[in-house]
Amino acid sequence: MYDIIIIGGGPAGLTAGLYNARARMNVLLLEKFAPGGQVLNTDWVENYPGFPEGVSGFELMDRMKGQAEKFGLEIRSEEVVRVEFEGRRKFITTNKETLETRALILACGASWKRLGIEGESDFIGRGVSFCATCDGPFYRDQEVAVIGGGDTAVEESLFLTRFARKINHIHRRDELRAVKLLQERAMAEDKIKFIWDTVPERILGKDGVEAIELRNVKTGEISQKAVHGVFVFIGTVPNTELVQGLLNLDDAGFVITNDRMETSVPGVFAVGDMRSKGFRQISTAVGEGACAANRAEKYLESFQES
Amino acid sequence: MVDILQVTDDSFEDEIVKSDLPTVVDFWAAWCGPCRMVSPVVEELAKEYEGKIKVAKMDVDQNRQTPAKFGIRNIPTLIFFKGGEVAKMIVGAQPKSSLEEEIKKLL
Repeated sequence: MYDIIIIGGGPAGLTAGLYNARARMNVLLLEKFAPGGQVLNTDWVENYPGFPEGVSGFELMDRMKGQAEKFGLEIRSEEVVRVEFEGRRKFITTNKETLETRALILACGASWKRLGIEGESDFIGRGVSFCATCDGPFYRDQEVAVIGGGDTAVEESLFLTRFARKINHIHRRDELRAVKLLQERAMAEDKIKFIWDTVPERILGKDGVEAIELRNVKTGEISQKAVHGVFVFIGTVPNTELVQGLLNLDDAGFVITNDRMETSVPGVFAVGDMRSKGFRQISTAVGEGACAANRAEKYLESFQES
Repeated sequence: MVDILQVTDDSFEDEIVKSDLPTVVDFWAAWCGPCRMVSPVVEELAKEYEGKIKVAKMDVDQNRQTPAKFGIRNIPTLIFFKGGEVAKMIVGAQPKSSLEEEIKKLL
């Protein structure tokens, strides 16, 4: 029996683990891959405080993991397949075992949202990508398309300028949502050409991506652009399959909590990208992880007194 | 940590195509975050299925011919071979359970 089990080893989960381990709780963190989460896809992090020169996503997560382990956090590489609540008891079943815990911190993160258009699924691995930092080097001197208007989309376009000959950056509106600094960099980059008010309709090709069909949302005009790669960064979907029907979720499937990170079930907390909120950053995930760790400890104290 | 066999464009034919055992090749690169996420899973599988399957890794940065031959444009990509033929190709980070399912099909 654990005091606290944390599911997910991104910034939110590792921070909760760090705080709980340091408080000498009997805590376990479960992660199906190597810890790090989505930050591992980030080439360079320049808005995490304490690193004025910036830091690579790898290094930042390696440091967070090392710091949590230094205080004794146990991290197990197991995939959680089922979560069950029976009164106050909480059971976590992984691909290897069933564990019981008094409190549970969910830090399962989010996954890339797909476009849901024709050709997208068929060409994953053959031109459709959700990770420029992984796949960019396969597109040396080629023409590609990037879809999306947020920070991630613009960062990935800028990263692709190292490899691709030309980047057609496609956005459904006529302005970006990304922070101004990133917008300025992208506008100053000759290789990036913005195509505004436009959405992708189909991804075309034979053995791999050859073109993308576009529709101008204002004029309705359909056009095609010859590209070898389509990079999709249109937001995320929460990894909340495990708790569907168990916890209150918002319309988009994110877990609803109060400002103490408490979900609709006592002793169950949710933090980071899977939580219903407006802003998803490493710095916010870390803060929520610390908060949930503290509230989980308080929950266990009250539990013992009663 | 297990020492995983590293294959190259030169050794691919002998180590993988001509292998008596079914093989799994993890195509990766140092720059790729999700590759780092799956590598501990691949290492575990190598240990657990030692003697039954051969697990290898190929650095796509050092070896350009083999990834191009299989049309690889995303990493991580895992290719499962049986009798030198491609039995299954998995693109992107997948949990251990789905990789194990594929391995079991090869045995």
